[in-house]
Amino acid sequence: MTDLTALTLAEALDGLKSKQFSSVELTEAFNAAIAKARVLNAFVVETPEKALEMAKASDARRAKGKAGKLDGAPLGIKDLYCTKGVRTTACSGILGEFTPTYESTVTQNLWDEGAVMLGKLNMDEFAMGSSNETSHFGNVINPWRRKGDNQGLTPGGSSGGSASSVAANLCLAATASDTGGSIRQPAAFTGTVGIKPTYGRASRYGMVAFASSLDQAGPIAKTVEDSAILLEVMCSHDPKDSTSLNIKTPNWRQDVGKGVKGMKIGIPKEYRIDGLSDEIDALWQQGIKWLKEAGATIVDISLPHTKYALPAYYIVAPAEASSNLARYDGMRYGARVEGGNLTQTYEGTRASGFGKEVQRRLMIGTYVLSSGYYDAYYLRAQKVRTKIFQDFVDAFESCDAILTPACPSPAFAFGEKSGDPVEMYLNDVFTVTANLAGLPGIAVPAGLSASGLPLGLQVIGKALDEAACFRVGGALEDAAGFVAKPDRWW
Amino acid sequence: MTERPTFRIKGDTGDWEVVMGLEIHAQVASNAKLFSGASTAFGSDPNCNVSLVDAAMPGMLPVINRVCVEQAIRTGLGLKAQINNYSRFDRKNYFYPDLPQGYQISQFAHPIVGEGEIDVDVEVPGKEGYAFTCRIERLHLEQDAGKSIHDMDPHATYVDLNRSGVALMEIVSKPDVRSPAEAAAYVKKLRAIVIALGTCDGDMEKGNLRADVNVSVCKPGQYEKFRETGDFKHLGTRCELKNMNSYRFIQQAIEYEARRQIEIIEGGGKVDQETRLFDPVKGETRSMRSKEDAHDYRYFPDPDLLPLELEQAWIEDIRKSLPELPDQKRARFEKDYGLSRYDAGVLTSDADKALFFEEVAKGRDAKLAANWVTQELFGYLNKEGLELSQSPVSASALGGLIALISDNTISGKIAKDVFARMIDGEGEAAAIVEKHGLKQVTDTGAIEKVVDEIIAANPEQVAKVKDKPQTLGWFVGQVMKASGGKANPQAVNDILKAKLGI
Repeated sequence: MTDLTALTLAEALDGLKSKQFSSVELTEAFNAAIAKARVLNAFVVETPEKALEMAKASDARRAKGKAGKLDGAPLGIKDLYCTKGVRTTACSGILGEFTPTYESTVTQNLWDEGAVMLGKLNMDEFAMGSSNETSHFGNVINPWRRKGDNQGLTPGGSSGGSASSVAANLCLAATASDTGGSIRQPAAFTGTVGIKPTYGRASRYGMVAFASSLDQAGPIAKTVEDSAILLEVMCSHDPKDSTSLNIKTPNWRQDVGKGVKGMKIGIPKEYRIDGLSDEIDALWQQGIKWLKEAGATIVDISLPHTKYALPAYYIVAPAEASSNLARYDGMRYGARVEGGNLTQTYEGTRASGFGKEVQRRLMIGTYVLSSGYYDAYYLRAQKVRTKIFQDFVDAFESCDAILTPACPSPAFAFGEKSGDPVEMYLNDVFTVTANLAGLPGIAVPAGLSASGLPLGLQVIGKALDEAACFRVGGALEDAAGFVAKPDRWW
Repeated sequence: MTERPTFRIKGDTGDWEVVMGLEIHAQVASNAKLFSGASTAFGSDPNCNVSLVDAAMPGMLPVINRVCVEQAIRTGLGLKAQINNYSRFDRKNYFYPDLPQGYQISQFAHPIVGEGEIDVDVEVPGKEGYAFTCRIERLHLEQDAGKSIHDMDPHATYVDLNRSGVALMEIVSKPDVRSPAEAAAYVKKLRAIVIALGTCDGDMEKGNLRADVNVSVCKPGQYEKFRETGDFKHLGTRCELKNMNSYRFIQQAIEYEARRQIEIIEGGGKVDQETRLFDPVKGETRSMRSKEDAHDYRYFPDPDLLPLELEQAWIEDIRKSLPELPDQKRARFEKDYGLSRYDAGVLTSDADKALFFEEVAKGRDAKLAANWVTQELFGYLNKEGLELSQSPVSASALGGLIALISDNTISGKIAKDVFARMIDGEGEAAAIVEKHGLKQVTDTGAIEKVVDEIIAANPEQVAKVKDKPQTLGWFVGQVMKASGGKANPQAVNDILKAKLGI
C-alpha cells in the first residue's frame, strides 16, 4: 500500500470518495507520522483520539452518502484558531492552559464539511515572528536541510508549524494565518503553497487577534489546487465579524488549471530591492519566462511607495497588537502571577507571560499610539497605507496580476537572524504590501536554491480576484514542475 | 418669563461667576448590549449577563447593535442636533479589572451626533422662573465598564461584568450653564427629553443617567469675553465633578466646588485641573486624580469595526417616528390649557410631572389644575424633599379636589385646608368635606343675614367704605370669619357691594 500521508488533499479526497481507503485508515497514518516526527515540534497539541472519532464519524457519513467537501480529510490547525475543548494559546505562555468553550468560524467551516482535526500547530507567539523562534513551546524545525549539512533550519513564521507539517506529510493541509507574510513566507521556506485571500474573505471570529486590520486566515497546502479546495471552505460571510465581506465564495478550484493565456502580468520595478540575491533574481526571471511561454503578456509596473511599506507595517501592526493584547491581564483566564497589588499583578503576569518579541512589539505599539507621537507615527503610517493601496489600484490598470519573489532568501538557520529584529523584519519585505492593501497573495514553490532549499514566487491579485492568483499560481506550478520533498531524516 | 439672572458668589476680592459644562452618561434603552447579544437587564446575579465578547475572550469580536444606533440618532434628533452620516468607533486604552478588553470602545474623533441645543426651564423658589438655551457640543456612543466591588472582602476586589459593554450615550454640553440651579435644571430637562424619546429610562438611582460637571470660576465680564472669542483663556481652570446622580447633590457639589476654587485663587493659589468626587455625607468634593495622573488613552480607530455610515432615509424615518417632546408638549400646554410659558415649562420639564398634570386637568379647569399642581403640590413636595412619585396625594385625588372648587362646593381657601388633610391621609377630598362640614355656603339668604349683622354692628366702617371702596376687604374678612370660611367669596362680595351701595 502506498504511503497515504504522501497524497495531496485532492488525491486523498478522491481516494476516500472511491473507497480506496477510509478516513480512519488515513487518519491512523497521519497519527503515526505525527508521533514519529515530534523532533520537528510542529504540533503543540496532538489530538489523535479526537481525530479518530472524527474519522469514524466521517466514514459513517460517507457510507450514508452524506459526505461534505472535505469529508474525512485530516488537517492541522494553527494554534491561533480557537477550538472548542482543545487548548488554544497562540503559543503564548500568557494563555496558560486556556481551553475555549467556542469554535472559530474558519475551523467550524472545516468541521461542517467533514474535515478531521489532527491537532494544534506550533507558531510564533501571537503570530509575531518570521522564523517560529518566538513560540512559547520552542522552535519548529524545517524538514528541509541544506545539501550536505545537518544544521537545523527555521521553517519561517509565523505559520511555521503549518508549513513544516505539510512539507513533512504530517497532515494533508493546514490552516494558517497571515498578518505580514505569515502564510506565504513559511510556505516558500518549505516548498509548499500558501495563499492569503482578500481581507474580509475569511472570518476572524475565534482567531486570536494580532493586528485586526491585517490578520487574514488562509491555508498552507501541498499544491495550488489543494490550497484552492481548502480556501473555498475556510472563507465565508460571518455576521460575527464586522469586517467580514458579505459576498459569495467562488469556486476557485476550477481556476487552477485555466492557464494564463491572455493575462497581463505586472513586474514591479521597486521589488528589485538593494542587495537582492542573484539566486532570487534568477528565480524571478525564470518565473517571468515561464508565464511568457504560457501565453501571458509581461508588463513593467511601478509601485512607488513600496519602500515605505515595511516601516508602515511595523507601526500599524504593533499599534493594533498593543491594544488587542491588553486583554491578557491575568484577570479572567490564562496565566497569572500574583503580586502585592493590582499593578504588580499586571506587571508580573505580562512580564512573565509574554515573550521578548511580543513585549518588544507591545512597547513599540504603545509608543506609536501615545499622545504626541500618534500623528508622527500611526497617522502617518495609515496615510502610507492609503498610498500603497492606491499604488496597486493604479498598477492594476495595466495588469491582471503581479509577480514577485516571495522572500528575499531561502530558509535560514536558527539564531541567524534572531539577534537583529530589523534583519528579521526584512523577511516580510515582499509580502507586507498585500496585507497593507488587503489584497490576495499566493506563494508557490518554483525551484531550489544552490544549497538545495525551496524558493517561492508570489502572485498578488486585485481585491477579490483570488482567481487570478490561482490561475497564475497554477501555471507557475505546472511550469516549475516542483516535486522535490525533503529527505526524511526525522 | 423673567430675565436670566446672573449667579454670583461674593469673595474677598469681589464677585465671582461660575461657568459649567456637563457630560451626561445616559444608558441606552435596549435589550442587548452595544456590541454583544447579552442582556442589559438590571438586578441579575453578578456575571450572569456576560457574553464571550463582554468578557473579552480571545478571538471575540464586537458587532454593533442597530437598536443602540437608532436610539442615539433618535436622541440626537430630540436635541435638535446634527446627525453625522459618518461616524467611527475608537478604542480608549487603559487597564482596569472591570474593563476586560483593556480598552473601551467609544467615539472620540467622529461622534454620531454633532451640535444641538436644549431649552432649559429653571425654577426659582417663590418667584417666577426663567429659561435659557444650552448648546450641545456632541453625543457619542460608548461601552460601559463592569463594576468593581471593593467592600465584599477586606483583601479582595470582586468584578461584576453585567454592565460591561452596555451602551451609553455621552451627551456633552457647551459651557453654557451658569448656576447650580441651572445645572440641575439642565439635567432635569435632558432627562425629560430622553424619557419622552424612550431612549433612556432616566433612572438616576440605578445610575442609568449620571452627570459629570466641569466647574470653573471667573470674574464678571470674563464669560462674555469667552463667548465673543471662543477662547478658553478667559475662563478659569476647570475641575470635573464625577458621577453625580441627584439634582440636590449636583447643586451642593457645584456650590462647594466654586467656593473652594474662589478660596484657592483669592489665597494666591492656582486651581489644578483634576477630577473630583462629591462626598454627600461631608458635603464636600475631594480629589480623585490630577491631570498628571491622567491616563494616556492612546485613542485610535477600532480596526474590528467599520465606520458607521448612516443612510439619510433611515434618519428621516426615525425623525418621523419621534414622539411629542417636552418643548412641543410645553407649547401644547400653553395653547390647549391656556397656561403661562413658565407654568407649562415647569410641568413639561419632567415627563412624570406632565403626565400627572394631564391626569389632574382631564375634564377640569386646566389653569386651576396647573396652579394646584405647581404651587400647592410641588410646593409641598419641595418643602418635604419628596419626589413626585412619593406624593401622598395622587393625580386623581387632586383632580377630585379641583372638581369641588370648580363646582363651588368649596372655596379655594377651604380647599387648602382640605388639601392639608389629604396629605395627612384623611382620604378623598369629597369625604373630607362631608366629614368636616366644609361645604361652601352659597345660600344667599344665610350670607345676607351675616352681612346685615356686620353692617349694623359697624357704622364707622360703613361710613368709611363709601369714601374708600378698597376697605371692602375688611367686610369680606369679617363675613368670612363669621362663616368659618365657608361662605362663597364671590357671593359675599356681590352681596356686600349691593348692600353697601358701592
